[in-house]
Amino acid sequence: MYKILFNLLAVSLVFVMGCEKRDIGELQELKLPAKADVFIDDFTSDLAYAAFGGSDVRAFNVDTKETYNNSARSMRFDVPDANTPSGSYAGGVFFSKTGRDLSNFNALTFYIKANQAVNIGEIGFGNDLGENKFVVSISNLPATTAWKKVIVPIPDPGKLTAEKGLLYYAAAPINNRGFTFWIDEVKFENLGTLRPVESSIMNGTNTSVTTFIGVTNTISGLTSTFNLPTGVNQAVNLSPAYFQFSSSNAAVASVNAAGIVNSLSAGTSVISATVGGVKAKGSLTINCAGAYTPAPTPIRNQSNVISIFSNAYVNVPVNYYNGYWQPWQTTVSNDFTVNGDNVLNYTIFNFVGIEFSAPTVNASSMTHLHVNTYFPGTIAPGRELRIIVVDFGANGAFGGGDDTRHSTTFTAPTLVSRNWITIQIPFSAMPGLTSRSNLGQIIFEGGDGSVMYVDNIYFYR
Amino acid sequence: MQKNKIKYMQQYSGNICLLALTVLVFTSCEKDAVQTLPQREWELTWSDEFNGASGIAPDNTKWNYDIGRGPNNDGWGNQELQTYTNSTENVRLDGNGNLLIIAKGGSGSYTSGRIKTQGKFSYGYGRHEARILTPYGPGIWPAFWMLGDNINTVPWPQCGEIDILEIKGQEPHIAHGSVHGPGYSGGNALTKSYSLNNDRLDSKFRVYAVEWGPDYIDFFIDDYLYQRITPDDVKGKGEWVFNKNFFILLNLAVGGTFVGFPTSGTIFPQTMTVDYVRIYKEKAQ
Repeated sequence: MYKILFNLLAVSLVFVMGCEKRDIGELQELKLPAKADVFIDDFTSDLAYAAFGGSDVRAFNVDTKETYNNSARSMRFDVPDANTPSGSYAGGVFFSKTGRDLSNFNALTFYIKANQAVNIGEIGFGNDLGENKFVVSISNLPATTAWKKVIVPIPDPGKLTAEKGLLYYAAAPINNRGFTFWIDEVKFENLGTLRPVESSIMNGTNTSVTTFIGVTNTISGLTSTFNLPTGVNQAVNLSPAYFQFSSSNAAVASVNAAGIVNSLSAGTSVISATVGGVKAKGSLTINCAGAYTPAPTPIRNQSNVISIFSNAYVNVPVNYYNGYWQPWQTTVSNDFTVNGDNVLNYTIFNFVGIEFSAPTVNASSMTHLHVNTYFPGTIAPGRELRIIVVDFGANGAFGGGDDTRHSTTFTAPTLVSRNWITIQIPFSAMPGLTSRSNLGQIIFEGGDGSVMYVDNIYFYR
Repeated sequence: MQKNKIKYMQQYSGNICLLALTVLVFTSCEKDAVQTLPQREWELTWSDEFNGASGIAPDNTKWNYDIGRGPNNDGWGNQELQTYTNSTENVRLDGNGNLLIIAKGGSGSYTSGRIKTQGKFSYGYGRHEARILTPYGPGIWPAFWMLGDNINTVPWPQCGEIDILEIKGQEPHIAHGSVHGPGYSGGNALTKSYSLNNDRLDSKFRVYAVEWGPDYIDFFIDDYLYQRITPDDVKGKGEWVFNKNFFILLNLAVGGTFVGFPTSGTIFPQTMTVDYVRIYKEKAQ
């Protein structure tokens, strides 16, 4: 992909230079210009602008009034109000039409101010309207009414020998109202006053997941931290291409350049990474349990089913499969997909709620609730699983005095370890649930802090 | 080790000649500056290379500790925020030949370390140097310095103070070298700052040194002379008190009137890493 891009660039350069006939192989050696300036007092010669889809295409303008240090021109961005028909946010890319060699710079720098104190959603570079391979960005960049210099450090500039994405931004309204900000003196620099601190994957944590053969996981939380000339740190978000990922046991798990991990066989493998040869903080440990036994495939016809979670059916809209209800809930979702089958994976499970209230579900014509559960750990004596179905009542919303619910308790021998359990509860056995025309929640209770997989949650007749 | 020392001395002699030339060229318009620095040759008289097992305290035959927040519990007279301890949490060897002084904590509560050779070693004229990797961040204040050995009988500032290195962590590219004495102490110290161009002091280990004789104190960073203080500089201000033995201190302060205070952007822990402290006497010709 990279090579193709480069060839394309090389060809366009030839075009600019007058369509001389030359050997393409030779042209690959050609270096792109190591030009630093992006927007000083106007667009630099190779610079072009494209607005993001859905954004207000008129958000960006060149301004002559509000400029840094009384320079001739600045870049002005008018973020629209929320729900503006012409676009509800401001965002776009400033790109080099020909590409640049940025490998001798270590930071994108600019000055910024706004007409009020705001956090701007995202500003960075490396968005080239194409592959977006080498993206670096700062999230929630604070701007105030005074001009301030911003430094966006580059973790491994050696990779940027043919970069087109020189600056991009995305800014949403604050409390639904628009605002204006200005950027000026945009350029790449080589700052000796920047000090690399560390890069991280998985946000610097050592994370473990249990997987099966065929499960894919993504290495996320990709950041790099630098100490600025003022002694404070600046973190940037990175795309995977800045990292070199490796697997400690390639037979158990493979990892590709995009940070996608595939579980291949039973065992343990630690996925780690380096940036520019320096080890990144954090890791993802894959504990692959071997072949996955899927839940029994549902056989009922879609027309007899209202599905909350199943790959066998079209699911109704669901607000969430884990409400992270505070303060008592410990349950964390580590849902996985194995061979195209999505599975809810509740870890540290004590209780968890699924909500489907927009709209609520009318199951008046249905007769049963179906759930498959799987406990990979042991079932302690006395262990319960309670399944609570909640109807939100006539107001269609939680609370309001019209909600009804019924809790059904399951114990051994229904509850077994390491086998899919099929639970089918007739509504006729849920006397507490006085209506099922505004169903809004299904709650699982009785967890002992271990793991429970859930699949095929649906109402049927 | 011995081999290294010889190599160092050869290199060093070469550098001095260069420096002499530099001073001559750049300051020849000043009457006092028309001088040639004598070539100085040094002989090691005391050092700590901080060799030892990882995690242990520095050699107690050479160093002792200042503990707490100062004799008046006022942050050592500077409103410094840290409490100094003698714990290896704050002061220890790293097992790779370095001393670590670590400032820890947050939210206004910090511990750190301050070690000194008081009562164990003091020295006068010579070359006093340390190779240090400095910490950084707003309110972080590392120092390599000396106090007059008579401080218990002749209080500060009369006893004298030579600050070979001080850094304000929010300006990680600027080093400060100062002397304090009677009539020129605190905010009126004789001081000069050395700023790197497009680089930071903490980008690598650097050698911070003074060369001190009866009528001069020269301040160096990586053998670059950036300041000379002489008895003439204190004339009209006070008394030149740099004519006796001084002991050595290494510390990492957090906050205070000199540096300002840590901010939410100050990263903890911060570590001052010291490869060695070496004291040389002038070699007999």
